[in-house]
Amino acid sequence: MRPASSVIREVLEETESVRTLRLDHSFDPLPGQYMMLWVRGVDEIPMSFSGPDLITVQRVGPATRAIFSLDVGDSVGVRGPLGTGFSLTGRSALLIGGGVGVAPLAFLGERARAVGMEVTSLLGFRSTSEAVFLDRFRRLGRVVLTTDDGSEGICGHTSAGLCELDPSAFDQIYLCGPEVMMWDVIRRCQGMESRIQACISRYIKCAIGVCGSCCIDPDGIRVCVEGPVIRADRLTAGEFGRYRRGPSGGPDVCKSVH
Amino acid sequence: MISLAGDVGGLRLRNPLMLAAGILGTTGASLARAGREGAGAVVTKSVGLTPRDGHPGPTVVRIGVGLINAMGLPNPSYLAFQQEIDLAREGGVPVVASVFGSDPSEFSQVASGLVADAFELNLSCPHAERYGAEIGCQPANVEEVTRAVKRAVGAPVWVKLTPNVSDIVGLGLAAQQGGADAVVAINTLKAMAIDVESGYPILGNRFGGLSGPAIKPVAIRCVYELSAALDIPVIGVGGVGCWQDAAEMILAGASAVQIGTALSGGYQVFRDIAAGLSKYLVRKDMTLEEMRGLARRRS
Ligand SMILES: Cc1cc2nc3c(=O)[nH]c(=O)nc-3n(C[C@H](O)[C@H](O)[C@H](O)COP(=O)(O)OP(=O)(O)OC[C@H]3O[C@@H](n4cnc5c(N)ncnc54)[C@H](O)[C@@H]3O)c2cc1C
Ligand SMILES: Cc1cc2nc3c(=O)[nH]c(=O)nc-3n(C[C@H](O)[C@H](O)[C@H](O)COP(=O)(O)O)c2cc1C
Ligand code: FES
Repeated sequence: MRPASSVIREVLEETESVRTLRLDHSFDPLPGQYMMLWVRGVDEIPMSFSGPDLITVQRVGPATRAIFSLDVGDSVGVRGPLGTGFSLTGRSALLIGGGVGVAPLAFLGERARAVGMEVTSLLGFRSTSEAVFLDRFRRLGRVVLTTDDGSEGICGHTSAGLCELDPSAFDQIYLCGPEVMMWDVIRRCQGMESRIQACISRYIKCAIGVCGSCCIDPDGIRVCVEGPVIRADRLTAGEFGRYRRGPSGGPDVCKSVH
Repeated sequence: MISLAGDVGGLRLRNPLMLAAGILGTTGASLARAGREGAGAVVTKSVGLTPRDGHPGPTVVRIGVGLINAMGLPNPSYLAFQQEIDLAREGGVPVVASVFGSDPSEFSQVASGLVADAFELNLSCPHAERYGAEIGCQPANVEEVTRAVKRAVGAPVWVKLTPNVSDIVGLGLAAQQGGADAVVAINTLKAMAIDVESGYPILGNRFGGLSGPAIKPVAIRCVYELSAALDIPVIGVGGVGCWQDAAEMILAGASAVQIGTALSGGYQVFRDIAAGLSKYLVRKDMTLEEMRGLARRRS
């Protein structure tokens, strides 16, 4: 499909470097699915849905900076929804998110509550000033918060919050955030991999499963169409948590960017 | 089941269906997967001398009849690619390294720096400055590059041709003259798409290459003309998505068929096409060899 043109209806300031944009129509996405957002004249980049008509963008480089220069009434090109979404199963869900990775989880939690599931959230941020969507998560159920600098909640990485919870008590665990965080959680939840769904990130270019940019070792899973939501038992034996490929296809070591 | 095995351009293939260059060919794992899922051989992403990130997005745009892409030859350089080829071998089928360069010595340096079952020279990418079709449009360049790589490597050398010329047969003859073991036709047709709402060209690079169903009739014509004129095998590529398309290529004269854009529907395309071809051969009581180029003998 060609990119559709979508007008920005609302811009919400979440933190100094994170904004949520409301677009002019609902794409009917599943939580976990993404769109390819074309900032005309700049680049096209993957963005998760944080609601049926919402995306939540962290400013990190040229394309996201260009998104921050857009205002209500401006338009962007949109392809989507794309990829696999989270699947809701069981009666109790534990959402574990870090940084801007909490965005699709807030959307997921709202869907889970709507079908009567119990929702508990473990959320990690660098500092309280960088926390996003705390109010959305608090409306869903219990929230355990961690901050790297100790400005609120438990001081430490997201996984430090696991001591407050018993992961094995939940029917399903949903992960999204920095790869080192997700990897850390998966390792600490050994034996539960088949009950963990992780929304992962790889360098996405074509988003239709032909170019090979997003494929992960050792099975060659195409993250753009067979992901980004992948069950953790398919992630433990290869590159996930160890390295990732950049735009040229060459591998880089996973940086600790939490 | 009837055998689809055969010798093509210096390689023994269990079936004549290959993964085309630049399609799921960046990692050894995705190449091996194509082998495990039924391809007879796999061709890698084109690799060059130095790492390239490729063009800014959008890098592809799907139009009703196909796909326009301007990936921009992203690759980690040949120095970082041998490990992917070695992993790709685990798929159990021959691995063909697609290489590009800006002149004969660059092509030779890249090819001789890699160990692969065969090499495919990308003299045909329509959207990368100084590379691909920019040099591959001239028969003299095609011949010179082919000869240089043939001297530099021991493995078979295939030459992938651009259709964006008035006479593709001239390019094919030049490749043959330079010592090529096969030609591959066709790469994408230079194309463009514009966003009607904003007036922006959609692709980050503005221009790209058209592939998929839209180009099949052009590819069929090129394969027909090339196979009539050349003594070396012609490998057909362009718009093949089902067994009838593959059959049409072979009837036009193709010794093997590559599949690209159709992979967006999944890897099972290889098994589906192989099964369809086998049934067709049984129904027609024909061998692959008898089928090849039949359209030329009918006209
Ligand atoms: C499925 C998926 C969902 C995402 N959802 C969100 C989201 O909801 N909110 C959000 O803020 N960010 C999200 N991202 C990350 C976002 O796509 C990148 O931050 C963005 O592409 C950066 O572009 P840039 O030009 O601003 O920065 P650059 O300086 O170009 O890149 C900064 C970093 O972003 C990553 N990146 C750049 N381009 C791509 C690409 N085409 N594909 C994947 N990663 C890339 C790379 O790791 C790079 O190191 C998501 C990524 C994926 C794969
Ligand atoms: C996304 C994409 C990337 C491609 N990359 C390359 C490449 O690196 N080298 C090359 O020789 N051809 C490349 N091609 C061209 C294909 O190998 C093939 O010649 C063309 O797409 C026609 O076949 P198809 O219609 O089956 O896709 C690419 C095509 C696509 C769609
Ligand atoms: S981004 Fe091209 S195959 Fe996934």
